[in-house]
Amino acid sequence: MTIAFPTEAPPRPARLVDHFERGLDAPICLTWELTYACNLSCVHCLSSSGRRDPRELSTAECKAVFDELERMQVFYVNIGGGEPTVRSDFWELLEYATAHHVGVKFSTNGVKITPDAAAALAANDYVDVQISLDGATPEVNDAIRGPRSYETALRAMANLRDAGMKGFKLSVVCTRTNIGQLDEFKAIADEYGAQLRLTRLRPSGRGADVWDELHPTQAQQRELYDWLVAHGDEVLTGDSFFHLSAYGQALPGLNLCGAGRVVCLIDPIGDVYACPFAIHDEFLAGSVRDDGGFAEVWRHSELFTRLREPQSGGACTSCQFFDTCKGGCMAAKFFTGLPLDGPDPECVQGYGEQELAKRKNTGGGIPLPSGDHSHRTSPPRPRDGMGPVSVTIRRRDDIQAPPVSACAESPLAGFAATLTPRESGAEGHHQEGTRTTLA
Amino acid sequence: MNAETAWRVHPQVSVRPESFGALLYHFGTRKLSFLKDRTLLAIVEALGDAPSARAACEAVGVSAASQPKYLQALETLAASHMIEERTA
Repeated sequence: MTIAFPTEAPPRPARLVDHFERGLDAPICLTWELTYACNLSCVHCLSSSGRRDPRELSTAECKAVFDELERMQVFYVNIGGGEPTVRSDFWELLEYATAHHVGVKFSTNGVKITPDAAAALAANDYVDVQISLDGATPEVNDAIRGPRSYETALRAMANLRDAGMKGFKLSVVCTRTNIGQLDEFKAIADEYGAQLRLTRLRPSGRGADVWDELHPTQAQQRELYDWLVAHGDEVLTGDSFFHLSAYGQALPGLNLCGAGRVVCLIDPIGDVYACPFAIHDEFLAGSVRDDGGFAEVWRHSELFTRLREPQSGGACTSCQFFDTCKGGCMAAKFFTGLPLDGPDPECVQGYGEQELAKRKNTGGGIPLPSGDHSHRTSPPRPRDGMGPVSVTIRRRDDIQAPPVSACAESPLAGFAATLTPRESGAEGHHQEGTRTTLA
Repeated sequence: MNAETAWRVHPQVSVRPESFGALLYHFGTRKLSFLKDRTLLAIVEALGDAPSARAACEAVGVSAASQPKYLQALETLAASHMIEERTA
């Protein structure tokens, strides 16, 4: 049998977004979580951070990755964590990256942004800083990010402003408790000479535990959309809210899920994932520690190749807003247990809620994150259906004497069988002698 | 923009060729731009050595009829500071 191939090349795509769907030679930017270590335990942490992973990339390995990013002409990386500044080599790596023409934008809770650090940051044109704040008041913020985190963030912003750093970012994850504070956030950003950046709450990492209570209501989504339309170019969104485009007018930005096509994530141990919001085996493409390094994973991994093929919109294709919304966020669907080719859980047309209700009725499972680096002493995380556990403490009647282990009787227990009779005797004699002396 | 004067890519701009044209990133303004075809990329790369923007177009073989389209694209790049005027 012969297969007829069309002789003409397929028509060239006209829009940039079509090129991006097929992937680029290198990411436009990538997210790199430098460490899982963090001084905070935010309830919605995407990467379930807290404790450092002992397999973390070394300073030399990180520098090798920056070398590779320079060769691939990756313009800049978004460095996060964890709290990246708690790595003792953080400032050294920052210096190294920018000296090698890789710009750095890093996210921090501000804990290490002292006046000296702020002065060094302000002097480097290739560095941008993003301070995280999830409430315009301490009450709202600290409930999510932990005690005194508001104070820490504002002190860092004051230090940056006083050092003359202009246009750094104030980064806010939009939740049910802070959507009403958008104007206040804008006022704080203006006061410190910062630019406001709003992003979406994802049900990833510990975010999955609080998503039901914290994700914006339908009415709040509308409020957010109207606010974004009104403030347009003054506010950055990291292209987070393209699912809101189905309210009507598309929001500024690419309006595309960039996973594996224009963005990806490197985690603290060097694993490469398609999406910054999906640290899960399902989205693991390879490791920078593999042969060929990051470039090989980006260009040839099976997962990324698959993500660059035309995606089926599934149930969403018949929706009139599919062209702008594209079915929403892959990670949001995955971690709420919805099919990847269906609607986003926060679909503004309400299709996601229907799917979520169906899933709950059928008792469909929700995928758990593949790793958890949370502090073991974290404030208790919300759990449902668990009350106090009753325990009865009493003596066991079936045990008559304290347990005696074999080694308490003979230091050679378990070894004697492998020795020849002569050696065994000699050793035994010696040990006996020793014991006598000690006694 | 003046097509008869000398131009160059802004020193803080990085140009990365792609199959469809190129990506431009300005480290000062932190803005990303796109060149939608390879001819425009060739013009942008030729700017630094050409006595004028128009000469850069001619140097890469853009016909007089197509020049307005490309000069218009350069105008957009100038407005976002991706390219700037230089002393010839």
